[in-house]
Parts: sequence; structure tokens; C-alpha cells
Amino acid sequence: MSDEIVLTVNGKAYYIKAAPDTALLYVLRNELGLSGPHFGCGGEKCGACMVLVGAKPVLSCHLPISEVGRSRVTTLEGLIEEGELHPVQQAFIDEQATQCGYCVNGMIISTAALLWKTPHPSDEQIKEALDGNLCRCGSHLRILRAVRRAEQLMAELEAQ
Amino acid sequence: MAKQSGQANKAGGRPSDRRGSARREAFWGQLTTWLDDWLAINPDGTVTAFSGKVELGTGVRTALAQIVAEELDLPLERVQMVMGDTERTPDEGYTAGSMTVSSSGSALRNAAAMARLTLLEMAAERLDAGPEELTVQDGLISVIQHPERKITYAELMGGKPFNREVTGDAPLKDSKAYTIVGTSTARADIPGKVAGQPSFIQDLRLPGMLHGRLVRPPSPAAEFISMDENSVAGIAGLVKVVQRGNFIGVVAEREEQAKLAAQQLKVEWREKASLPPMQDLYQFLRSRPTQDNLVVEQGDYEIAYKQATRQLKASYYQPFHAHASIGPSCAVADVKEDQITVWASTPGPYPLSGALAQLLGVPAEKVHLMHVEGAGSYGQNGSDDAAADAVILSQAVGRPVRVQWSREDEFVWEPKAPAMVMEAQGGLDAQGNVAAWDYQVWSPSHVARARSSEQLVAGQLINGQGSSHFGFSFGAERNAPTNYSFPNQRVTVHYLAESPLRASSFRSLGGAENTFANESFMDEMAAAAGADAVEFRLRHLADERARAVLTAAAEKAGWERRPSWQGKKQQLAEGRGVAFAWYENDQAIVASIARVQVDTSSGAVRVKRMVVAHDCGLIINPDGLKNQIEGNTIQSLSRALKEEVVFDEWRIKSVDWDTYPILTFSEVPEVEIVLINRPDLPAVGAGEPATTTTAAAVANAIFDATGARVRQIPFTPERVKEALQAGRG
Repeated sequence: MSDEIVLTVNGKAYYIKAAPDTALLYVLRNELGLSGPHFGCGGEKCGACMVLVGAKPVLSCHLPISEVGRSRVTTLEGLIEEGELHPVQQAFIDEQATQCGYCVNGMIISTAALLWKTPHPSDEQIKEALDGNLCRCGSHLRILRAVRRAEQLMAELEAQ
Repeated sequence: MAKQSGQANKAGGRPSDRRGSARREAFWGQLTTWLDDWLAINPDGTVTAFSGKVELGTGVRTALAQIVAEELDLPLERVQMVMGDTERTPDEGYTAGSMTVSSSGSALRNAAAMARLTLLEMAAERLDAGPEELTVQDGLISVIQHPERKITYAELMGGKPFNREVTGDAPLKDSKAYTIVGTSTARADIPGKVAGQPSFIQDLRLPGMLHGRLVRPPSPAAEFISMDENSVAGIAGLVKVVQRGNFIGVVAEREEQAKLAAQQLKVEWREKASLPPMQDLYQFLRSRPTQDNLVVEQGDYEIAYKQATRQLKASYYQPFHAHASIGPSCAVADVKEDQITVWASTPGPYPLSGALAQLLGVPAEKVHLMHVEGAGSYGQNGSDDAAADAVILSQAVGRPVRVQWSREDEFVWEPKAPAMVMEAQGGLDAQGNVAAWDYQVWSPSHVARARSSEQLVAGQLINGQGSSHFGFSFGAERNAPTNYSFPNQRVTVHYLAESPLRASSFRSLGGAENTFANESFMDEMAAAAGADAVEFRLRHLADERARAVLTAAAEKAGWERRPSWQGKKQQLAEGRGVAFAWYENDQAIVASIARVQVDTSSGAVRVKRMVVAHDCGLIINPDGLKNQIEGNTIQSLSRALKEEVVFDEWRIKSVDWDTYPILTFSEVPEVEIVLINRPDLPAVGAGEPATTTTAAAVANAIFDATGARVRQIPFTPERVKEALQAGRG
């Protein structure tokens, strides 16, 4: 309980006073007051709790903070730069790609990670990247359109 | 047709049709006609509109604001909605049944029209002009001939209330003049949600708030014997272990501490096998005592069936389904001596506040309940029960407590969509038309909403066995009658007094299951008649609006007129299937056409394309509507292809996403939508209708592809293989 762990979240270093086996999700939400990552299943099956560790999408509901080490953690909030939404976030607004919106955190994080690695993915690559993210409202088709829209927005930014 | 749906309503149709009855009030609240209960003109020129309905993730907050802004001639961004707050909004009972736009929307439309009329009268006096000489733009009233003579809504009201009744006499704006209603307004909540701003009940944090988790009994009939508090003694931050009867919860300073304590607490239970064996579920449903309602009786079925040239009979089966919200239920409560404050994602703030007051033994007015959005619920999930857990735990520790259900809590303890058995029998005449139609359904009630403490899980666990039953049975008659003109027909609903698993409403209640059975049987009749499935339905469908929907779907899908199945036997077989429904027999009209590919060696079904034609009267927000139709189609496809709550005689075994899988991105088909707008007809709800037609369209497509008829949901590979082995045609 008295252990102190340093975490780098959204570009800032935080000294965290929590048991080392505490799941990253609870620290992000309850210590740092973030609301992007959500508790969905606690069993790494649904993607609602997804964050970026480095450039990789990672499920935070089980990951002990002691295992994060020096890696930089980026949450949905951290995608915003100088008040500007990330193109993937903007694309989800443009396509109105949510219904309840509870899963949207994981959808955006997965998409951002995919497009960094693969700027022009095939349909199969997109579906494969998102298959671990569950949506119960049935917003899948809008989310797929949002990924294509994000691809376009990111390519436009790149060209500038 | 008129006679038929009239009878259906009498026997238990929509609660809204029973105006003035106690049942209606129990469900839809007590609507106020006092203008200030619905609208306030604020000094800064904005308008606050109050709705007793709540946002369940379908976009109604935006749709209602559009209606108010339109009627008041205000820009949309100047309308704020306050929804589902027992101290601020009208009592509109439950947000359910796709009724928000038609009921709350119509009340707000009338209130806004009344407000506009009042403001015009006031302005006429202040500007010394006749009301007909005035014009309104963006909340500014001016004299048409003298635009310099003007006054704003805010100046007229000066922060004061209207002090006036909504009489319903104020003229409503002509829909042809609409500039806001009917446009695809972007939803106001999405920018915050994609940016990670606090948007959900799960994101609510109060100063001094503690975290609660539950230790539920291992089976529904288990009884508490003892617990060993030493098993959690070493856990830092643990505040209290609360045990009352079979209710156990832990409260800790930090969430992970509460979670750990809930996992480690050693409890001894006495378990009992209380459920029917799952393999006997449908036999169980067919053998229980029932209350029987004859909802349609027309002509002489018995004689017509005997005289029919071709007789058919089939049974269809619907398992228990879970709402399976992506976010498990959560609630926050602050129970103080003189004031109880609860934040919950309940669909019924007023009824729940009464139930919570009863649970705590205090008068209802002491409970202030505020709705905060949760993850999509599609009916009654665990949100009401989580609120009850939170008040019990907060009462025990005297501090605000946030209760977060685990994934397993949600799967096991949320009320399920009831399992049902549907049996159809009918006959064709010499011309191949339906001469006789008999339809019977066996079902528990679809409504067990929490309006008393004994309907809440916490109430049941604390006080011993309660019942989730609402007091009257409801929902299984929804779409049990069809809108086809059959000369001789009978429709009977058999209600079981209790459900083997706790059950309550899921999107469309019995509408989806009845449509699965009716539209599968209609397809079986068409095949027996050697008729094309669309043409056969049109033959029995007189209403022009209904025919237009079915025809539009067929055109969009490129439907080729021919009978099913064509007798081909291929390893990878392709087929198409259609299903039609008039939701609740008088609401939105839907037709779905599925294109499927069946791997006949494995039984795997791949749905490649869904076409949906949809008529819900006046369209308020076309893009929001498409979003609902897509969502309904994909969710109901998930239910039809994959979902079934698994249990044994002791307990529910579907506890996570491995044991209750849902549709993933790779399995989602393309969905094409045809919207039919009827600007001269009232807007009716779109939250449910398109959930009804998917299963039958897919089952009918499987038949068209393979000649095998699947009559039990879900259409898993094993079940499709069984149907293939049972024989084609």
C-alpha cells in the first residue's frame, strides 16, 4: 500500500500510492480522475478499458501498475493535443459512430493504434483489429465507416 | 384488420391505450398539463425543457430538443434538456416501448406551442400590435411591418413562470415549415464521449465517496449460513462488510480494495437446485399452469382448418436472452438521516424512487433520484438493482457509496428476456391462400419493472423470496396477432405465473419472438403453396402503407420472384429470406430481407447483407433513425445467431463473454436501409421495431438456401446441421 510507483500518463509523470498489483484501470480512473477508459468485464474480453502503452493497444483492467514500468500510457483524453481532437476522435463525431458510447473508448484506441501501424488497412485488417472490441448497441457499421474517415483525415494531415 | 387489432388491444395491447386506468399510470406515470412543468424560459435567452423520460443511448435527448426548438422557433443550441430527475421533471414512468418521441415528444411539442402562443399574446400587448402582425425568429418577436419594434422571449418572461395550463388548443407548426425536425442533427453527447469526458453513471465521483462490491449467493435459491470476517481482516481500506439475510456487500476506501474483499470473503451458503433442467426448458414452459388470453378470434378456425387443402403445423422456440450491457450496472447513493440522494441509470426514476423508499422504510418524497446515463440497456438490465444495492450499503456506512457490479453480477442477476414457445397451425385453400391460422404462445410476463422493494434483488435477498412480477402479465401478446387478412384465425397467449429465471423487458418484449414465429410460419405456408415469399405476403396484406414498405425492401434487395427452396444441394448454399412486421400492429412498419450463405457441411451461417425498409411516420432525425435501425438489426442478428443463456438445475452458467458470445466485427453484415418518410402522419418510435424482423428473415433465408427449417433460436452450426439432417422441405 505504501509502495510508490511512477507512471507516465498522457505526457505527465505521476507518483502513485497504490498496491503494485492494482490494475492500471483503477489508478487511471480513481487516482487520476480519467473517464476515458471504462470498466467493462474485468477479464480482458471486451476492450472497454483499452489504453495505449507506447503505441500498442493494451487492456488495462488486469494489468498491474507494477508491470507498466517506464512505458508511456496514453488514454482517450491524451489523444487530444492542444485542445484539438485527434483525427480518429473527429472521425467518430463525423460518422456519429456511437449509440450509448460506452465502448467508444476502446474503438478509438484500437483504431488509432491500427492507423499508426497501418495507415491504409484492408477491410479485413480493420475487422481483425477491432474484433476484440465488443459493441452491444450494434454500431459496428458506423464504427467501420469512422475508421475509413479517420484514415482519410490522417492522410490529409500527413500531406500538409 | 380493424376488428383484429382492436381485439388485440382490448386483451392487453399497449399500456398507453388504456387511458386513465391504474395500469397506465403504473407504467407511464401521471402526465402533468401545467406548462411550467415542461418548459422554462431562462433570462439568458435559453430554454430548459423537462422530460421525465431518460436517455438510454438512443439519442432521444437530441430528438426532444429538436422538437422544442422547432416549435418555439429557437436555434437548437439554445434548448437544454433536463431529464429523469424526481425533483425537477414530470413523472413519465418508464422510458420504454419506443414511446419517448411519441409521448414525451408530443407533450413537449404541445407545451412549446402553448408557450409560443402565450409569448405572442404577451408581445402583442407590449408591442401594441395584433398577434397576426408579429413574426418570430430565434426567440425574437418583432412586428413584420416595423422590425425595430421587437422583444425577446427572455425579456417578455423576465425569469417568471407562465402560470398556465397546456390546453392542447395552441396551433402546432405545420410540418412543411420544419427546419430542425427532420434534419440529421448531430447528437449533443457524442463529442464529450469521444473525448473521455465524464458521461456515464460509472464516471460519477462524489467527495468522500466509498466503493462497494457485492458478494452474491452462488445460486438463486441459496441461503446464507455464515461468513468468516477474518478472511478479509487484513485488507487495507476495508470499511465494512454488510450482511442482511442473503444480501452481502463490502465497502472500502478504494475500488480495488472493495473488489479484493468481495473475492476473498469466505461465506457458507446452503444451496438448492431450483431450476428446471435446461434440456427440458420448452417442455417445462408448455406444462406449467397458465392464464390464457384469446386475443384474436375471427371466422371459424376449426371448420376452415378441417376443410383446408393443405394443413401445416410448426413449433418455434426462444431461449432466455441477456441484455448484456457492455458496462455492468453501477449506481451511487448518499443516504442521510433526512435526505436520500441516488444517481442511477434507471429507465424509471419515479417508480424506482418509490421502490427504494420502501426498501429503506422512508416516505417516497425523501428520495431524490437523478438519472445519469449508463451503458445501453435495451430494456431492464441491472441498473435498478444496483441502485438498491447502493442505498443499502450507503445506509450501512453513513457515507456516499458507489456500487459497481462485476461482469458476472450483470450476467447472472440482470432480469433476462423470457424464454418462449410459439406454436402455429394453419391451412391453405385450393387457391393457395391462407384459409385458417391458429397461433399460440407460452410465455412468462415480459414486465417485472421495479416499483416495489420486493421486485429489487436487494429486497428479495434481504427479506427472503420476493417476486419480480409486476402485478399483471404483459408483453407476450405484442405482435402475436399479424396484420394479414386471414378469414379464419385465432391467436392465444398463455401466460405462466412465474419464470424459471428472473425475467423482464428486452427491446420489443414479445414482438421479436412472435414475429420470428409468425413470419417463419408465413414462409412455410408460402413454400407449401409454391408461392414467392414476398408475393404471398402481399396477397394477404391490404394496407397500402404496409405494402409500400414490403415492396420497397424487395426492390432495394433486388428480390427475384420465385418460390423457395429451389431444390439445389450445394456445400456452400446461398439464399434470401424476407420478414414483415407492423410493430404492435399499429406503430412502425418494417420489412427485412436477409442474404445468407450456409456451409452445409459445418452448419455455419454467414449473413452477408440485410436490407431494411422502415416507415415510422414523420421522421424527426433521419441519421439518428438509421443509427437505431442499424443497431436493432445487428443486435437482433446477434441474438438470432449466437445468443442463449445457459443454466443447469442450480445456476446460470453464462457468466462472461466466452459463455455468452455476441456478434463481432467480422460477423457483421452490410445493412442497407430504406427510410419512408410520412410527414403528415404522427412520429412513432423507432427504438424497437427493426429488432423484430431479423430472426425470421435469416431463418427463411437459411430455408431458401438449403431447404432446412430452423425453428429454434439461436441458429448455431449444430442446430442448422440438425435441421439439415431432419430433412429438407
